[in-house]
Amino acid sequence: MSKTTLTRRGVLKTGAVAGSGLALPTIFTASSASAFTNEPTGGSVTFGFNVPQTGPYADEGADELRAYELAVEHLNGDGDGGMLNTFSSKALQGNGILGKKVDFVTGDTQTKSDAARASAKSMIEKDGAIMITGGSSSGVAVAVQGLCQEAGVIFMAALTHSNDTTGKDKKANGFRHFFNAYMSGAALAPVLAKRYGSDRRAYHLTADYTWGWTQEESIAAATEAFGWETVEKVRTPLAATDFSSYIAPVLNSGADVLILNHYGGNMVNSLTNAVQFGLRDKMVNGKQFEIVVPLYSELMAKGAGENIKGILGSTNWSWTLQDEGTKAFVKSFGTKYGFPPSNAAQTSYAQTILYADAVARAGSFNPCAVVEALEGFEFDGLGNGPTLYRAEDHQCFKDVLVMQGKENPANEYDLLEIVDITPRAQVEYAPDHPMFAGGSLGKCNPGA
Amino acid sequence: MLGLEKKDVTLLAVVALLAFAAPFILNPFPEGSEMAQFNAGYPDLMQRFVIFGIFAIGYNILFGLTGYLSFGHAAFLGVGSYSAVWMFKLLSMNVIPAIILSIIVAGLFSLVIGFVSLRRSGIYFSILTLAFAQMSFNLAYSVLTPITNGETGLQLTLNDPRILGASTGADGSIPVTSLFGIEMRSTYEMHAGAWLFQFNAGYYVCAIILVAAFYLAMRIFRSPFGLMLRAVKTNQTRLNYTGLNARPYTLAAFVISGMYAGLAGGLMASMDPLAGADRMQWTASGEVVLMTILGGTGTLLGPVLGAGFIKYFENIFSKINDNVLHGWFAALPDGLEDTLVFIVHPFVGKGWNMTLGLMFMAVVIFLPGGLMEGGQRLAKLFRKKDKPSGDDSEHHPKQAPHVAE
Repeated sequence: MSKTTLTRRGVLKTGAVAGSGLALPTIFTASSASAFTNEPTGGSVTFGFNVPQTGPYADEGADELRAYELAVEHLNGDGDGGMLNTFSSKALQGNGILGKKVDFVTGDTQTKSDAARASAKSMIEKDGAIMITGGSSSGVAVAVQGLCQEAGVIFMAALTHSNDTTGKDKKANGFRHFFNAYMSGAALAPVLAKRYGSDRRAYHLTADYTWGWTQEESIAAATEAFGWETVEKVRTPLAATDFSSYIAPVLNSGADVLILNHYGGNMVNSLTNAVQFGLRDKMVNGKQFEIVVPLYSELMAKGAGENIKGILGSTNWSWTLQDEGTKAFVKSFGTKYGFPPSNAAQTSYAQTILYADAVARAGSFNPCAVVEALEGFEFDGLGNGPTLYRAEDHQCFKDVLVMQGKENPANEYDLLEIVDITPRAQVEYAPDHPMFAGGSLGKCNPGA
Repeated sequence: MLGLEKKDVTLLAVVALLAFAAPFILNPFPEGSEMAQFNAGYPDLMQRFVIFGIFAIGYNILFGLTGYLSFGHAAFLGVGSYSAVWMFKLLSMNVIPAIILSIIVAGLFSLVIGFVSLRRSGIYFSILTLAFAQMSFNLAYSVLTPITNGETGLQLTLNDPRILGASTGADGSIPVTSLFGIEMRSTYEMHAGAWLFQFNAGYYVCAIILVAAFYLAMRIFRSPFGLMLRAVKTNQTRLNYTGLNARPYTLAAFVISGMYAGLAGGLMASMDPLAGADRMQWTASGEVVLMTILGGTGTLLGPVLGAGFIKYFENIFSKINDNVLHGWFAALPDGLEDTLVFIVHPFVGKGWNMTLGLMFMAVVIFLPGGLMEGGQRLAKLFRKKDKPSGDDSEHHPKQAPHVAE
């Protein structure tokens, strides 16, 4: 134990120092009242690109980042302008946004909700980001969307396919351009029925987490509407890398179609296992056995290699489309990076342009003004044909592509071919559809 | 004072000073300058420093004192977070009941896991805790989705009951966490010349709890109970031969460190009301082991430093992209600029893991006592002159660092 001795002089000294220390802050305080979070005051405005740079989706994240950088370049008037030239809205001048130069910061989500939120928070609190975009898993997207709603900035979701993002977890400050599990099912089912007949028996292998479940629910409902029967739904752990033990029972189940509700590495492995087991050469119930992958991506196709040939799935967009927007985008992306963009890149690019355009049309960076400008916005020329940003749930409605693994790819990027372009009307649903019910947008939050 | 020796009082005062002045200390560079990239004084990161500091202090009570290497502490952190978020959903947005519940739940959970795992020691104990933690993670990720909301993570919604509070805030949005009306997210910004300092209410709540947690850990380190734990670490067999049963002591240490982890989890959820399953993943458990070793196992201050170090790398280095690099080296001629960017590139941005790994290797190889040993060596370097040491350091067993340093 120690004994503290107090002297009169000591107390006075300490008091004086502490007092002036406490008074000091008030000398410098300049109150900067702003109408909303991170109101840009200088000559530039900051975007936050929050993508997975490490972890299982690092490839998707890298492609998203490429597209973001390209979009910033085009917004600032550098490069060839890309899809700005084909975009139906002409509010953007190529001189930044409302005369402010676009800057950006990047962060690593590690495909973990926690890390993604930490990274988004640092963008908002430290770098003064006015808009956050990114994400390559629905869990992360939903988590960051919730954060942006609380903080009062706009979230433009990139790669997130779960119904929940614009369903039960929708938020007023969040917007999604990418399609969703319901749309995959609605687009894929008619093609499946046409090609494989309407008396099929389907066996589902599903990644055991939220996205897998919504995907399974959507595709099962859509195929059952065409007369298919669902034999069995089996959940596989997300960390699984060997699916042989899940494939073997498929053979004895009497099913003649295998639906793989897997994404990323999961899908590459399960498809490879299924093909190795010779499922595709089997005849069951007098019909050829088929495999379906509801959600495709170029990177997954690359990973699965030969096994992907002839297998049906759906995507949001493809670089092989022939409209003006797509051609312009593929050209400027190819010039800068030397290879064609992926699905993920296109949706990232489109989201950035859409946000910038909404600000320009609204004449303000205020999140509430941006929300108003985006709600019910109809546009064209961003590669997906005529598109609507629905006001009720902030989901984009546009055509969905049904794709097939190409038999004779011309090069390593030409792996998928378009089978069918499902018109927008066919993938539309009511905002209160049971698969999307349970949440509410709430009110737009401009923050402090 | 406070039942501590003078040296410890000084240490506690230093910790308190560092914690309360963190908004200044962590923001040494003026706003808008090139170096502002390295500023860490924004609320979220400061909160993380302190919360993981608490987590590591608690972990050190188990690992540093008893030598039991648990690979499952993230499970307690996760359980704490989930309890806190459920409290926000069901009761009110006040952080006090949430934090209390998270400590209790984590304590009970660690009692169960500790009771089973502590039947073994060494590697078997580590593997058992790892297994339990991974089990908890997988349960939270998929099976227990109704409670944990699976991959998406448990979030607040507008239709939560919140019996003692309001389901919706005044402006129709989800209410925010608060301490008797003080919103955790409210931040006072101070502009001092070119500098911007942010004082966040939530951060100061965390900082006060950190100082309290540090004080408690100090008391445990200095108590007869702490001495007993150190005896377990030194030689458990000998302890058994003297007729003492070590297990109640180790179990108590395990539960205490589990409660610290629960406290950290509850605080995390209080600052940001979301609980994700990946908080319980084995990588998260490994992280706290790294923090403790990096800072200095068995020292009081070390784990806090280690936690700060790792979080700094994760949040600051991961944000340095090529654009930023080109900005730094823009003054140099083109060829040189590109070369430098090319050299630095693998170590920043997505390479932050690698830089951290290299640092960790360097520390383990050259400073086995962690950052604390580094600090001591530096101090010794300056003090050497006035203390002539007669012994031959080459042929002398190295003295173990004092636990307080």
